[in-house]
Amino acid sequence: MSLLKLENLSVTFGNFRAVDQISYSVNEGEVLGIVGESGSGKSVSSLSLMGLIDYPGKVSADELTFMDQDLLSMPEAQRRKITGSDIAMIFQDPMTSLNPCFTVGYQIIEALKTHQGGTKKELKKRAIELLTLVGIPAPETRLSAYPHQLSGGMSQRVMIAIAIACNPKLLIADEPTTALDVTIQAQIIDLLIDLQEQKQMGLVLITHDLALVAEVAHRVIVMYAGQIVESGPASEVFSAPQHPYTQALLASLPESAAGKARLEALPGVVPGQYDRPKGCLLSPRCPYATDHCRNVEPASQGPLERQVKCHTPLNAQGRPAA
Amino acid sequence: MVSFIGRRLCQALFVLLIISVVSFVIQDNLGDPVRQMVGQSVSLQERAALQQELGLNDPLLQQYGRFLMGALQGDLGMSYYYKQPTLDVIVSRLPATLELSFCALLLVIILATPLGVIAAIHPKSLLSRAVLFISTLGLSIPIFIVAVFLMYFFAIEWRVLPSFGRGETTSFLGLWQTGLFNKDGLRHLLLPSFSLAFVLTPIFIRLIRAEMQDVLQSDFIRYAWSKGISAPRIYFLHALKNTMLPVITVGGIQAGTLVAYTILTESIFQWPGMGLLFMEAVTRVDVPLISAYLMVVGVIFVVTNTLVDVVYSMVNPRVRIPGYSA
Ligand SMILES: Nc1ncnc2c1ncn2[C@@H]1O[C@H](COP(=O)(O)OP(=O)(O)O)[C@@H](O)[C@H]1O
Ligand code: SF4
Ligand SMILES: [Mg+2]
Repeated sequence: MSLLKLENLSVTFGNFRAVDQISYSVNEGEVLGIVGESGSGKSVSSLSLMGLIDYPGKVSADELTFMDQDLLSMPEAQRRKITGSDIAMIFQDPMTSLNPCFTVGYQIIEALKTHQGGTKKELKKRAIELLTLVGIPAPETRLSAYPHQLSGGMSQRVMIAIAIACNPKLLIADEPTTALDVTIQAQIIDLLIDLQEQKQMGLVLITHDLALVAEVAHRVIVMYAGQIVESGPASEVFSAPQHPYTQALLASLPESAAGKARLEALPGVVPGQYDRPKGCLLSPRCPYATDHCRNVEPASQGPLERQVKCHTPLNAQGRPAA
Repeated sequence: MVSFIGRRLCQALFVLLIISVVSFVIQDNLGDPVRQMVGQSVSLQERAALQQELGLNDPLLQQYGRFLMGALQGDLGMSYYYKQPTLDVIVSRLPATLELSFCALLLVIILATPLGVIAAIHPKSLLSRAVLFISTLGLSIPIFIVAVFLMYFFAIEWRVLPSFGRGETTSFLGLWQTGLFNKDGLRHLLLPSFSLAFVLTPIFIRLIRAEMQDVLQSDFIRYAWSKGISAPRIYFLHALKNTMLPVITVGGIQAGTLVAYTILTESIFQWPGMGLLFMEAVTRVDVPLISAYLMVVGVIFVVTNTLVDVVYSMVNPRVRIPGYSA
């Protein structure tokens, strides 16, 4: 069953479309990978799912439903109840995401109290269980620790504990390991995937790390400049990319796996608010760009489960189809 | 933590030393103890002898040493006018000033916190625009105009509040004459503390608003929203607690300047505190009293600032000794 469904979701800041008409769905127990360079709109689109786009940002969509409930039209109070319980999110920088003024225990218990309630004793017991679950040693003593007393990896574990506190059906992880030591990254991902399988959560995993997505994601979405340029089963997208952008991402794999935001294979950067080109947004950087590309925006084509937004999708040999 | 407090205390001592030099220089250059002791009719020779006897011809450093030793023992010289030790005179006026400053500060906190927070949360709303406009206005209106204005309406026009003095006071534990525990004393406190609060409230509103706006941009606030926590909790707990850390430091220093403003407020409302005493000392050229006032105010200033730092270190978990290693 589809947990989350979005159809032509856009997020605009003034005239600027940070997220431009994206559509996808996440099923129960499914891992959806989202990849793309910095500035592609990965974070903004996931924040919009949580209802966290601040004024003057505007979110619009033909459909944005979670378990068949319309997130955009439901009363604010009802949406706030879903936020942080049924849909939870973990952020890129665990060290700055936890509130420096409150203890770890306080911040876990606060999440439990907000959505579930319980006596002081029960809440504390549950908090200790959660810390144990995410692999934090000596959880009783950690409860009274302040965030600055934890390492990055530990903080991320705490954030994961808070995220799963209310048994979410959907977990959004926005580059959960980018800010961490390379040695810790694999541990955190293992933990996330373990929990996802145990609890059969839907997981949206946003990352620079294509190797990781290839390994753990069922389906993958490639974003560029606020748009989805390619989507499909992870194995297919990575073995036979159809979009020049995906091909370039894969070509620079060792670098991008190490968290580099720039692509060696494609000079230039993702267009921002003031330099959005006409026609295909990739055309200034695309090695296959033609005059047609520079004037006419391509439409998404292909079957629903394997889409590509290019005039001349690449064939199995990695060449543009004539 | 202990070393932190130790460091702060050393700094405080150093500042006090500088203040003592300033006080000494004032007394040394402007004061003439001989004049205080003898009349006009005494001959020059006799004056010179007396000067020698009092040690006024000793090297400056030696004189300063004596001054400092005296100060350490609570001897800041005799007031020309009161013919009493200056410290005793000042201490007898201390409760009035401290009570006034305390009430003013309380008012500032009560007024500025909610207004600053609201101005930060809804910067575009009519209310925050009004708050900001009034606080800008408040910053540019001299305190004596506010005081006279308040006095005119509340004391003269409407006759609801007394216009001068401390009113009735009661003894608190035998060491403090307080106006806080009776109605008349409290009524007398209202106008002076309101006008004193008027100086600092706009500064605090702006300070809280600016800090709060910064804090609201931070990752942990966005994260708090993502946890589904209620808006009031986010604003008044998560954000305000982080806002208050810098506000305590800057605010503490500002609060020290209250002492300076008490001089004006007390003069206008004839509030029998240290500020009024200082103004009187200036008109009477009571140099030892002026110099002692500077010393005492300096001590108060240094003590408040040190206290503020210590309180800050206790409120901010990041300054504490880590009890856990990660
Ligand atoms: N609050 C905002 N106001 C204006 N532009 C924004 C805002 N937040 C993000 N953007 C812009 O939206 C684009 C997408 O950003 P983001 O989603 O953070 O990218 P990613 O997470 O893929 O690196 C960027 O060009 C960024 O500058
Ligand atoms: S449409 Fe043209 S410019 Fe755009 S990705 Fe395809 S080939 Fe490149
Ligand atoms: Mg991002």
